[in-house]
Amino acid sequence: MTETKAPARRQTAAQIFAIPALLALLSLVGLVSALMGDGVRDFLSWLGLAAPVIVALWALKARRR
Amino acid sequence: MQRGTIRIWYLVHKLSSLISTAFLLMLCITGLPLIFEHEIEDLTGDAYVMPPVTDEDTRVSLDTVLANALASRPGEVGLFMSFDEDRPVVNVTSGPTPDAPGEQMTLMSLDWRTGEFVPAPDEGDVMGFLLQLHTDMFLGLKGLLFLGFMGLLFFIAIVSGVVLYAPFMTKIDFGTVRASRSARVKWLDYHNLLGIVTVMWASVVGLTGVINTLSDPLTSYWQYDQLAEMTAAYDGAHAPDQLASIQGAIDAAKAKAPGMQVQFVAFPGGSFSTEHHYAVFMQGNTPLTKKLLTPALIDAEDGSFTDMRTMPWYMQALLLSQPLHFGDYGGFPMKILWAILDIFTIIVLASGLYLWLAKGRKGIQTRVREIESGGRLDGDIRQAAE
Repeated sequence: MTETKAPARRQTAAQIFAIPALLALLSLVGLVSALMGDGVRDFLSWLGLAAPVIVALWALKARRR
Repeated sequence: MQRGTIRIWYLVHKLSSLISTAFLLMLCITGLPLIFEHEIEDLTGDAYVMPPVTDEDTRVSLDTVLANALASRPGEVGLFMSFDEDRPVVNVTSGPTPDAPGEQMTLMSLDWRTGEFVPAPDEGDVMGFLLQLHTDMFLGLKGLLFLGFMGLLFFIAIVSGVVLYAPFMTKIDFGTVRASRSARVKWLDYHNLLGIVTVMWASVVGLTGVINTLSDPLTSYWQYDQLAEMTAAYDGAHAPDQLASIQGAIDAAKAKAPGMQVQFVAFPGGSFSTEHHYAVFMQGNTPLTKKLLTPALIDAEDGSFTDMRTMPWYMQALLLSQPLHFGDYGGFPMKILWAILDIFTIIVLASGLYLWLAKGRKGIQTRVREIESGGRLDGDIRQAAE
């Protein structure tokens, strides 16, 4: 192996999908919340839909190899 | 995951993506400015300022509004009447016949306080073109249904992409972007990261887009299914010679639905009503109940109330699919997020296309092993790994 990193542990499906599932849930809350009312529900909606955006931007910066 | 299983899902992902990518790119790119349609119109159009009147709360009879509108279109009949949410303006749609197609319709806007004309909402040429391209590519129902099918393929591509994400990521931490490696590995990582974070949003916007393409068939079915049932007593009744007062019809509907607002009225003989009725579509006050319209049918001959019932599930699904596709129900910040997620999706589509184009002459075995190994089979390490 010419990989520089040590052979990585194998992740289980639960580990692989933990963050994606959380982001999907937050996105769903974001999509539904603003439908149910205005004001604080709009705000909750922005938080939910911002979650995948923020995580992606974080990964592009912090997890760059 | 078994190698054979990966192979099948890889083929599903490749085929569903390849067929739909060009159209999805078109939809995402035309959709981007459409998110901000209202803002762009406000910026580019000459915003009309309602002239002041002595009593702002005064309203003329809707019969007067209708008569004024139709006086400017001799020989035509009323098709729809709708109400602006943010200003006292009534919109009247007229056409040569009650079942006139969309291109023969004329939309007029009138001041509800005076019954005078105000400038009709003007869909800019560019935005109108983008909207038509985005909706049906100027091909009518055929184009709509075709794009609906592309949306379905897009959803299959998302699901198969999620399945392939698991073997690819087995030895890679979430979000890893190996930008210092070959272009192929870098774009694989972008594709996976942006694809997996947008899964829910892209699925919902994609599937609600598919439902929206079924608008005409669903409305026809609703008319045949529910409207016919609500007006069974009128089977064979002729269209009234003289239409009853529209103001009276709206008042009769409002009396039966306290607390609700009238969103629009469909005149007899069109696709949202029956031969013999005004259909008065009522709405609630939250973003959700605003969309879930409830039709009240008013006898268009004598103005009496006939029936009112909530929409069946398939019409509610259609009505809810509109905001969930457009992203117009959570203020400006939601539109910004909608745009960012749309751009992420464009990058996923474009990187997917790149990964397919740049695959060289490598066969499916290599692709499957690339997925299994998280892209490690690339370039300098391929030999070592083999």
